[in-house]
Amino acid sequence: MAQAAAVAKPPAPPPRRRASATPRGLPYLLIAPAALLMLGFIAYPVISVFYYSLQNYNPTKPWRNGYAGLGNFTHAFTEDPQFWDTLTFSAKWVVVEVGLQLLFGLALALIVNQTFVGRAAARALVFSPWAVSGVLTSAIWVLLYNSQTGITRYLADAGIGAYGTSWLSDTSTVFPAAVVADLWRGVPFFAILILADLQSVSKDLYEAAEVDGAGRVRQFLHITLPHLKDAIVLSTLLRAVWEFNNVDLLYTLTGGGPAGETTTLPLYIANTSVDAHNFGYASALTTVAFVILLFCSIVYLRLSKFGGGDK
Amino acid sequence: MITKDAVATAPAAPAPPARTPRPGAPGKRRAWDEVPRSHIYLPLGCYLLFTLVPFYWILLFALRPAGSTALVPWPMTLDHFGKVWTERSFGTYFQNSVIIAVATLVMTTLVALAGGYALARFDFRIKRGFLLALLCSQFVPGALLLVPLFQIFAELRMINSLVSVVIAETVFQLPLSMILISGFIRNVPYSLEEAAWVDGCNRFDAFRIVVLPLLRPGLIAVGSFAFVHAWNHFLFALMFLSDQSKQTIPVGLNTLMSSDSVDLGALAAGGIVAAVPVVVVFAFIQKWLITGFSAGAVKG
Repeated sequence: MAQAAAVAKPPAPPPRRRASATPRGLPYLLIAPAALLMLGFIAYPVISVFYYSLQNYNPTKPWRNGYAGLGNFTHAFTEDPQFWDTLTFSAKWVVVEVGLQLLFGLALALIVNQTFVGRAAARALVFSPWAVSGVLTSAIWVLLYNSQTGITRYLADAGIGAYGTSWLSDTSTVFPAAVVADLWRGVPFFAILILADLQSVSKDLYEAAEVDGAGRVRQFLHITLPHLKDAIVLSTLLRAVWEFNNVDLLYTLTGGGPAGETTTLPLYIANTSVDAHNFGYASALTTVAFVILLFCSIVYLRLSKFGGGDK
Repeated sequence: MITKDAVATAPAAPAPPARTPRPGAPGKRRAWDEVPRSHIYLPLGCYLLFTLVPFYWILLFALRPAGSTALVPWPMTLDHFGKVWTERSFGTYFQNSVIIAVATLVMTTLVALAGGYALARFDFRIKRGFLLALLCSQFVPGALLLVPLFQIFAELRMINSLVSVVIAETVFQLPLSMILISGFIRNVPYSLEEAAWVDGCNRFDAFRIVVLPLLRPGLIAVGSFAFVHAWNHFLFALMFLSDQSKQTIPVGLNTLMSSDSVDLGALAAGGIVAAVPVVVVFAFIQKWLITGFSAGAVKG
């Protein structure tokens, strides 16, 4: 770590030479700390996951370890209903979460982009859950949903609704309950990014549209939305990957339950490797998750026209 | 953006992002341009309710005595905080979380600044490949690399050392931070640096004196991102730090939550302890965050 920090300083070029006559190695020197860190702690683990995906590897059952070929993969696709269940749930979770977060985030950004009394305070307040951790979000919503400590109890005390069970332990309510909890923390992310992009819309365009008699809705559809397109494409894709991969919230909120109802693929993988020690199989599942995400990343590259967009 | 020559295409506007004029600054709008107030306050009020009730709920449990069912925290007590800070070792956790978050912030910013500068100002052979690697690493799920990462840190004898978590957090923060920072640097005209060279600065001094001050909003955005993520993240600390005296606040919270008889007061107080630093940091940097992202985020 100390080493990395030391190399991070761009070294001064030799004295008495013009600064623009840069030593050829400088760019390589500058990216070296980042490249080394990523090689050691991302690339190497990824490669080892690929390697183990072709192995039977379970530290608690060493007598069965060895080369497995594609056995782990065929097991996942043909014999493991949990794989399909968790994959389907992951897809559902990502689509619902990202869709709703975008919708509310966009609306919120448009509102706090207006001029009104108390705007600064309103922004600070509505954005604040962004800074809160997944674990804390869980702690808060566990309290809120619990039948003893939550809102329903007070509503029932006042004669509204019934004293029920916790929404998190009922299979019919756990999904919307988890979605709302994650929305609470996720909407500000979109609101912040979209608000940031709204700052750069040219005022002249709106004035011209106004002169032409375009109403607010048409202005939004023809000026604001096209301007935001890139930001929306980028933030939704980044967020989709993040929502797919992130296990903090569901791990602590529902633990994947009740009855495996809210287990995402990464959560299932974490359970398989950490609790069941079946690391070979978990690696194969990880590889499958990679391929799915790689597909997303290609779509992401295409849509964002990365590398050629601003020539 | 990969192939372009930084000198030729440096944007014309030298203004740092912080000075972007605010749209709708008072006085600039005409009366017919106004959105009806009810269209602002009504949805905003509803959303505020959704945002604030959960915060109020946890504050309520943290401040009212155990067993109370009142909806206002009165009589107020700070017992839960004392208990969670000493008996549940949140004092220690807090210290560890601060160390991890600050170290991650410093390391991420320094490494990303160096790499971002190279990406913004030089054309070099592996640049395209490097950018692609950065982008692809966005799709690598940290949670799924837990076991190989554990093996690496075990090999390096870093299990149970805060260093392991700092490295892991930094590595996963780096790609996005570097892409963002290179965008910020690209927004600063190269000619400013060249002018400084003519005046006798070397490359490093020119960067430090001319470019660095202009990067402030962007660096604040990236740094606070790294801080908040490292403060909040849970799995790495859970996996790599088995010793209780090395644990962080999110792990402590999870322990409180998953114990058999949950002490709600302690849990809520622990939650407040977890939230206060990031919410304070956030309130302070919120403005910078928006200007910082509007400068570099989308342009990549």
